[in-house]
Amino acid sequence: MALSQVKTVALMGLAGYLIEVEVDIADGLPSYALLGLPDAALSESKDRVRSAMANSGQPWPNRKVTVSLSPAWLPKSGSSFDLPIAIALLKASGLFIDPDSEETIFIGELALDGEVRAVRGVLPALVAAKKLGIKRAVIPKPNLAEAHLVDGLELLAINSLGELLEFFINGVNLPPADEIPATARIESSVDLSDIIGQSFARWAMEIAAIGGHHLLLIGPPGTGKTMLAARIPTILPLVNPEEALEITAIQSVAGHLVSGSALNRTPPFIAPHHTTTATAMVGGGSHYIKPGAASLAHRGVLFIDEAPECHPGVLDSLRLPLESGEVTITRALGSVTYPARFMLVLAANPCPCGRYSGKGRACSCTSVQIRRYLQRLSGPLMDRIDIRVFVEPPSRTEMMGAQIGESSKLVRARVLAARARSQTRFANFDWQLNSEIPAKYLRADFRAERNAMAVLHEELEAERLSARGFHKVLRLAWSIADSRSHERPNRSDIESALSLRNSAGQLS
Amino acid sequence: MAYRQVIGATGEEFVARHLTSHGYTIVERNWRIRGGEIDLIAVAPNGKIIFVEVKTRSSNKFGDPLEAITPAKAARLQRLALGWLSTHSRFGSDYRIDCAAVLLLPSGEIKLDYRQAVL
Repeated sequence: MALSQVKTVALMGLAGYLIEVEVDIADGLPSYALLGLPDAALSESKDRVRSAMANSGQPWPNRKVTVSLSPAWLPKSGSSFDLPIAIALLKASGLFIDPDSEETIFIGELALDGEVRAVRGVLPALVAAKKLGIKRAVIPKPNLAEAHLVDGLELLAINSLGELLEFFINGVNLPPADEIPATARIESSVDLSDIIGQSFARWAMEIAAIGGHHLLLIGPPGTGKTMLAARIPTILPLVNPEEALEITAIQSVAGHLVSGSALNRTPPFIAPHHTTTATAMVGGGSHYIKPGAASLAHRGVLFIDEAPECHPGVLDSLRLPLESGEVTITRALGSVTYPARFMLVLAANPCPCGRYSGKGRACSCTSVQIRRYLQRLSGPLMDRIDIRVFVEPPSRTEMMGAQIGESSKLVRARVLAARARSQTRFANFDWQLNSEIPAKYLRADFRAERNAMAVLHEELEAERLSARGFHKVLRLAWSIADSRSHERPNRSDIESALSLRNSAGQLS
Repeated sequence: MAYRQVIGATGEEFVARHLTSHGYTIVERNWRIRGGEIDLIAVAPNGKIIFVEVKTRSSNKFGDPLEAITPAKAARLQRLALGWLSTHSRFGSDYRIDCAAVLLLPSGEIKLDYRQAVL
C-alpha cells in the first residue's frame, strides 16, 4: 500500500556501507517486523521510534509495518538507525516529503521524547557516505563537531525529530550551529621540565621520537619511568590532518569522542593497565567489533607500564600490529581491519621486588628470579624494541639542585628539525620514519659511513649483534645522525646507537 | 445486559449493517463452540465466506483495538474458521478473515476501521 526508502550508513569497523531503509505499510493487523540482521540494540528501535514519533505529535501507523534494512546480508548494529526508520515510516505514511532524499543520509538515535541523541561512528560513516555520492547528511547535533571534519557535505544537525519535521514540512529554519574551532594541539598539563635529571633517558626519548623507535624503560619504582613515558606525546610532532582524521575516526567508532571537540592533532597516548586482556589490547567483541588500545594509539604512543606483569600472550598479541601497522579482527559477524601504527613504550621494574639497581644491595630477589622476570617479555617482542634504557634513580645532587630540565617545547623543536631531515631524505620512498627503513635499503642507499660500518661489522663478528640487531642499530644511528645534523651516520652515531640498544645491559 | 456486552453488541450490529449495505449476506452471528466464538460470518457477493472479528471500544485510551488481536488470538480465529467450515460441510471453500475496529464516540458518532484479509 505505502512504500518508502531512506538512506543511512552502517559501519563494519571503519568501512561504511550505504543502507536502504525500506518501509512497507500494508493493511492487516498492527504488527512490526524489522528485517536485515539487526542486533539487540537495533531490534529495540521499534519502541524508541514509536514513542519518539508519538511525542513529536506523529501518529504511529497501526497497520502491518515491515522495515527492511538492505543489503540484508550485512549484520547491522547500534541505535543509529532509529532516525532513518522514523523518517521512512513518516514518508510511507505520506507525512514527510523530501525531494532530495536520494542524496541524503539520516543518522541518529531517538530518545523517547523525540530528542535526537549522539551515536558513535559518525565521522567514518560520513567519510564513506561522501565517497558513495551522498550530498547531504542529517545528524545529531552533538556529533556536529566530528561531522564538520568531512568536507563537501551539506550538514543538517538536529536536536529533535520535531525540529527536523518542522524544517521539512513547514520550512522552519534549524537553529544555527555554534562555530567549532579546530584544536591543533590540546595543551597538555605535563611537560618534560617536570622531570629531574635523567639526561640519558631524556635523550633516548628524543631519539625514539625522531625515528619512531619502540622503547623499553627499565628501572626501580619511583624513578620516573611513567612520568617520562607520559611526556613522549609532548615532544612528538603534530599528526598531519589526514592522520588526525584516521585517529578521530577510530575514537568515533570506539565511542571515545568527546562531544564538541574538533580535530585534535595531538598524538594520542594510550596506557592500558597491565591486567588488560588481548581483546582489549587489539580489539574485538562479538556484536560490535570495537577497536582496542593498539588502534586507539594509532599514530601515537602505546604505553604499557609494568610490562612483565602482563598476562602471557597479551603483549605478544601486539607483534602483528607492530609488524603490519594494522589489526584484522575476525568474528562470526565478519572481519574488520583497524589501523594500528603506534610507538610502543614498555616500562618494567628490573626485578620482582623492584630494587635491583646500582649495586643491588636493597634487592631481595634471587638471581634466578631477576633473570626470569624480564624474560617474561618474549624474545620476538624484545627484538622489535630498538631502545632499551635503564632509568637510574636521580642522584643526590640532582635532587638537591634547583636546575630545571629542558622543556617539551624545546625538545619538540629539535625533534621537528630532525624529522624534517629524514622526511626530505625519504621523499621518494614509501616510508616516513627511520625505524621503517627496509633492511635491503639499509645495505644499499642508507648505509653509514665506511668506518662506521666497520664498527658494526666488528660487533657482528664478535657475535654481540644479530643480523636483525645490525639493522636495528643502523636505523637508530640514522635517527641519531638526524638529531646531530649529520649527512650520514658516522662512527660516533653508530656507537651512540649501540649504547642506546644495550644501556640496560645484561638485564635485557 | 452488562455495559460491556451492550458495547460489543452495538459494534457487531454496526459492522453487520456495513457488510449488508455492501452486498454481503450475514449467515451467522456469535457462532460459539468450545474453542471460542466468531462474531460474524457472512457470504460475499462472489460467494466467498467471510469471518469477521469485531473489536469495539468507547475510547482509544488503551491503544488501537486491533492491537488487542495478538498472534495467539489470530491463530484461534483461523482454527475457528476451519471449524465452522468443516461443521457446515463447506471445508475447502474459499474464505477470508477480516477484522473490524469500531469506535463509539461519546457524541454518538461511530467510527469503523475495517481491514480485509488480515490473516
